Amino acid sequence: MLILLFAIVILHIAALVLLFVSTIVNAWVSDNGSTADLWQNCSSSDTGVHCVVGYTGEWIQAVQAMMILSIIFSIISLFLFICQLFTLQKGGRFFLTGTFQILASLFVMSGAIIYTVKYRDWISGDASFGYAYILAWVAFPLALISGLIYVILRKRE
Amino acid sequence: MLGVLLVSSVLLVGLAPQTQAIWVYTSWERHGLVGSEIKLYCSFFSWRWLSEDVSFSWSYKPEAAKDSISIFHFARGQAYVDNKGPFRDRLEFVGNPKRRDGSILIRNLEYNDNGTFTCDAKNPPDIVGRPSSVKLLVFDRVPTRAGVITGAIIGSVLGVVILILALYYLMRFLVARRVLSLSVSTVEKGKKKSGKEGSQQRQGPVLYATLDQSSKLLKGVGSDKKKSDSKRDKK
Repeated sequence: MLILLFAIVILHIAALVLLFVSTIVNAWVSDNGSTADLWQNCSSSDTGVHCVVGYTGEWIQAVQAMMILSIIFSIISLFLFICQLFTLQKGGRFFLTGTFQILASLFVMSGAIIYTVKYRDWISGDASFGYAYILAWVAFPLALISGLIYVILRKRE
Repeated sequence: MLGVLLVSSVLLVGLAPQTQAIWVYTSWERHGLVGSEIKLYCSFFSWRWLSEDVSFSWSYKPEAAKDSISIFHFARGQAYVDNKGPFRDRLEFVGNPKRRDGSILIRNLEYNDNGTFTCDAKNPPDIVGRPSSVKLLVFDRVPTRAGVITGAIIGSVLGVVILILALYYLMRFLVARRVLSLSVSTVEKGKKKSGKEGSQQRQGPVLYATLDQSSKLLKGVGSDKKKSDSKRDKK
């Protein structure tokens, strides 16, 4: 039982870390030498890395909001899990925890979908998707599975 | 002694105005649409009372130029607007010097109006101070400011979630109170039927006992539901 608990918490924290890295690191789109993400466009030259403020359209702000909301909901779900671990009755299900985690996964999914559909608005030329974008897509099924496990899991002793 | 007093008072009077200065305020940056009008706000803070000779001066420096050109001056109650330069017939004084407001209004914005506007205010004898500049950016479509939509989406989603949670807990609380009031009324009816004499003194403990019973009733309801759930799953 303790090993199961440990594994579930590790899965949750892994999804949370992926969400953080994906939101913060500047690698959603990369060209030769220049990278861009939701917040800044950076280009590396001989003198170092120069970053300027990125785009300020409506859709990129929607993606920013979705990623931040998914992080917030995932953290709330972690707190609720620890809370419900001590207060839930025997045989009860972690409904609230699972709901928040599933909501977090839905938010990151919608953020990644909006970015995929609309990225041509703010990236021109042939640019390939960077690893932060891929991490966002990986975080979505991880968070979804974690949330479903919470909904199915029952509290014992 | 008198000499020391005289010297110190002269020093104080001489130094005091230098520690105070007039502070001029404008916005940092303004965005305007081509063809529309925009009000450039300017105000000042001064330690002295408002004098009759208060003056405002606006000057304009185009974006790629080095020199600035004077476009507006207000002194002794009279406003002088630009009648030869780039803002002729487009500039208007909309400020109120009695309220320390020296704002100007520019109509029919053009792309050439991109640049820096500097406001300098003087309130004699308080004249030492730095003028303040506002940068004007003219767009054909006003861009959405960074973070406005992000904040709006985050705030509204969190607000909806908090509202739903509050409603859920309110419902649970109201249902619990309704169950409590129902059980209290049935117990009271039973007591009235049995004996009316001692019922007044025993009213207190009866209510507490009922409260205990109703909370146990609720817990029983909850655990019953969960037991039936697990029974169904075991099948």
